[in-house]
Amino acid sequence: MAKTKLMKFEQALEQFEPVIGLEVHVELNTKTKMFTTAPNTFGAEPNTNLTATCLGLPGTLPVVNEEAVRYSIQLGLALGCEIREKTGFARKNYFYPDLGKNYQISQADDPIAYDGSVEIELASGRVIHVPIERAHMEEDAGKLTHVGGATGRIQGAEYSLVDYNRAGVPLVEIVTRPIFGGEADTPEIAAQYVSTIRDIVVALGISDARMERGNIRCDANVSLRPRGSDNLGTRTETKNVNSLRSIERAVRFEIQRQAHILAEGGTITQETRHWHEDTGETSPGRPKSDADDYRYFPEPDIAPLTPSRDLIDQLQTALPEHPTLRRRRLREAWSFSRLEFQDVVNANLLDAIDETVTVGVEPQTARKWWMGEIARIAKERSVEPAELATPQNVAEIAELVAAGTLNDKLAREVLQGMIDGEGSAQEIIEARGLALVSDDGPLIEAIDTALAQQPDVIDKIRAGKVQAAGAVIGAVMKAMRGQADAARVRELIMERAEQ
Amino acid sequence: MTHITQMGVEALVTSLETGEISAREITAAHLDRIRDIDGEVNAFITVNETAEQAAAEVDRKRAAGEPIGALAGVPVAVKDMLVTTDMPTTGASKILEGYRSPFDATVVRRVREAGLIPLGKTNMDEFAMGSTTETSAFGVTRNPWDLERVPGGSGGGSAAAVAACMAPLAFGSDTGGSIRQPAALTGTVGVKPTYGAVSRYGALALASSLDQVGPAARTVTDAAYLHDLIVGHDEHDSTSHQHDWTSMVTAASEGRNEGSLKGLKVGVVNQLGGEGVAPEVHDQLSHTVTALEAQGAEVHILDAPEFDRAAEAYIVLLSAEASSNLAKFDSVRFGLRVQPSEQANVESVMGATRGEGFGAEVKRRLLLGTFALEHGQYDPLFLGAQRVRTLVIRAFERMFSQVDVIVSATSPVTAQPLGSRGEHPVQEHRADMLTTPANLAGIPALSVPVGVTDEHLPVGVQVLAPAFEDARVYRVGAAIEQLVTERNGAPVWQSIPTLGGKANA
Repeated sequence: MAKTKLMKFEQALEQFEPVIGLEVHVELNTKTKMFTTAPNTFGAEPNTNLTATCLGLPGTLPVVNEEAVRYSIQLGLALGCEIREKTGFARKNYFYPDLGKNYQISQADDPIAYDGSVEIELASGRVIHVPIERAHMEEDAGKLTHVGGATGRIQGAEYSLVDYNRAGVPLVEIVTRPIFGGEADTPEIAAQYVSTIRDIVVALGISDARMERGNIRCDANVSLRPRGSDNLGTRTETKNVNSLRSIERAVRFEIQRQAHILAEGGTITQETRHWHEDTGETSPGRPKSDADDYRYFPEPDIAPLTPSRDLIDQLQTALPEHPTLRRRRLREAWSFSRLEFQDVVNANLLDAIDETVTVGVEPQTARKWWMGEIARIAKERSVEPAELATPQNVAEIAELVAAGTLNDKLAREVLQGMIDGEGSAQEIIEARGLALVSDDGPLIEAIDTALAQQPDVIDKIRAGKVQAAGAVIGAVMKAMRGQADAARVRELIMERAEQ
Repeated sequence: MTHITQMGVEALVTSLETGEISAREITAAHLDRIRDIDGEVNAFITVNETAEQAAAEVDRKRAAGEPIGALAGVPVAVKDMLVTTDMPTTGASKILEGYRSPFDATVVRRVREAGLIPLGKTNMDEFAMGSTTETSAFGVTRNPWDLERVPGGSGGGSAAAVAACMAPLAFGSDTGGSIRQPAALTGTVGVKPTYGAVSRYGALALASSLDQVGPAARTVTDAAYLHDLIVGHDEHDSTSHQHDWTSMVTAASEGRNEGSLKGLKVGVVNQLGGEGVAPEVHDQLSHTVTALEAQGAEVHILDAPEFDRAAEAYIVLLSAEASSNLAKFDSVRFGLRVQPSEQANVESVMGATRGEGFGAEVKRRLLLGTFALEHGQYDPLFLGAQRVRTLVIRAFERMFSQVDVIVSATSPVTAQPLGSRGEHPVQEHRADMLTTPANLAGIPALSVPVGVTDEHLPVGVQVLAPAFEDARVYRVGAAIEQLVTERNGAPVWQSIPTLGGKANA
């Protein structure tokens, strides 16, 4: 396949205004599926998480999962949406073998949540309010595996296998309104929006939110309009973007691809496109038509839901803080630089550090321990830092250092011991005799011994070369097996020099 | 001595309790009857191989003093749109060839738990689409009153089985009259409960908002026994009501009390009669209304112009919902799979399978239904039909504020000759004009036989009541039945011509 012609990104932005619309599907981690009692778990053997209803066997009927409805309301509220007092299900009819009954139960004109807004913050600090048109409940389809073709896709396959485990899993589909004004940030906006959605559902505890498992899926609609034009351009919809990075790359690619075509006087085909991770390109899928007629009609097997005002208010009150706002608040409270903060977020240690600060540790100290020693050990052992240590552990260590009982090096040893389950910091210090020597006597003895072996140091210091003390400090620390406060040793040496 | 196959539920139960006959004998007698005459009638698609074993098990439990249901040992025929684990389910269609359900329909499970013996699966119009049982892929069912005539539809098999004494009880399903109209054409009783009274779980869905499963029997009381067993909320069916139903058997019994009709306000609706109704049918209705008046009922003539478009609205809604409900028959997970000869992909296999598996009437309605849901047609057709539906509901509310029940003929004509079914769909659907309003409104309706015409064909009268007043239709239905029996000296069903060698009056 010849490489697609692209316009340079900056040039594309000069001539065109990119407009995007994002559809995100969130898989809810309820115990059972949306309309059946089949288990909702990941990784089961194919076609085992099933009831007769999942397979659309004759005579089967859907029954609504209340937990899924609650989760959907929570998500709608977290997206700043209005919650509908009377919301119904609708059948979306189309024939495809991954649907157990050749219609998907979804929602049409009366989605459970509508008219919201999500605040996101880019790396530059720019804040965008992404307008949410709607969020609605629906059931997922099964999974098809195409066998025999070169690419694993349906083209050229000999046969296909269907796994209905995923069929019926609860989904919330979140649809944004067109996002204007993103300009050069547009690709990042797309990625950051999905990242924020992920943070929201994790904070709510309603989804496993693992993009690589398809718990969160994004379809990106991209169109360009010539500068100064009022009309929206023709859009393409790109699917199969499985990571935040891919979303950013795919949006960027589409902007460049479409710009090239338009600049040459061509037209954009309204179609679904498929993202290819390996080549970093999109390719045409099936032609998309706004006239795809799904023959929606109200689902006759399920009465419309009427969530009570009390329930909605209850869920609203219990909403956790918006992740973007929380991050901003913490970053400012802790006075971290954007980069420091971003590193913490990327390392998934925001909560750990937050809890550590809450128990009284200085933010930078907390950061130092979590991002430093604990993260290092975690990486060695291929586990998550939060599995190794607790905020209390860090607090103990930090307090001992502040009190002068431990220096940095000793503290690391003690922490290692705590991680290995040897006991509390105090117990380890006693067991291993790791405390700093606080009495000057032994220090002076060690200094005398060291000076005896390096007699010219005192003269050098008196002559103004204070850095000569370093060798003595080193020798003393070694003799003290690190259990000395290096600063105090230095002080004592200086006092000796002044004698 | 009455033959076993002519006994009603109470007589069978008494005989079982006294030990006079065994459940096994009862089942064997009915299986014999089926063997004797069903070659001609063709009421059954499948006969249950294990029925005698199930009956023997009931006998064993009774002898051992183990707990069994009050009606244990009574046989029941099952319309072949209710799924069963021990017999195939076909929906009278080729497309379900080989299908064996892994679960029983809730109503089947409930009667099994009560100890009733499923005798077999009865014939019907394919996917319940029809009024004559002629569209079945398994041949026509003949009306036991005249084997050259249709038994009605879609539940012709269940009605014929009950009428010809092949079973004392049968399940039917009623979407636009499919239990009631065959009852009227075969001189038996058929009841459509209030929508949501009986679970639809395990019933092949035709039109989800219209379908209801109900009883078919020779008498009102027998139908009431089955009705009482199957009503009640089912967690598998969100449209089934949480309602405390009173006993329909008790209601039927009350209907037979002296003076039960006194002061009853009976409505006769202009639009549920008129030109479309054959004179011999109209006569029977008139006699019935006169008899009610003689017992102290007050008759009110009512007008419901909203019903003028009810038949059309019904066919649109039915077809639209059916087009979606029947989409699942696609070769992928169960049933027939036809591989087209040329390069096949999933769409072509689905198309070939549905092309071969569905009959013409089914295809016609699926096309109509798909069309009615299409973007430009949804508003005028589907929503238009829903608006008519709302008007029909309101019409009933208005009328029931003036009367307690509404009566009409169940079918505008008596049983028609086989093969005379018209090709024009709307005309044919006029046959449903008297029964569809009750489905649109979700109200209970009972058809009771009231007489026989000069051609010796039965006529049924329909009793309608407000939603949740199923007891009322049983009460009034039983009262009418009693009046008819008293007038004629015997129940209508006993006038049925003799068939076969055994077991007729």
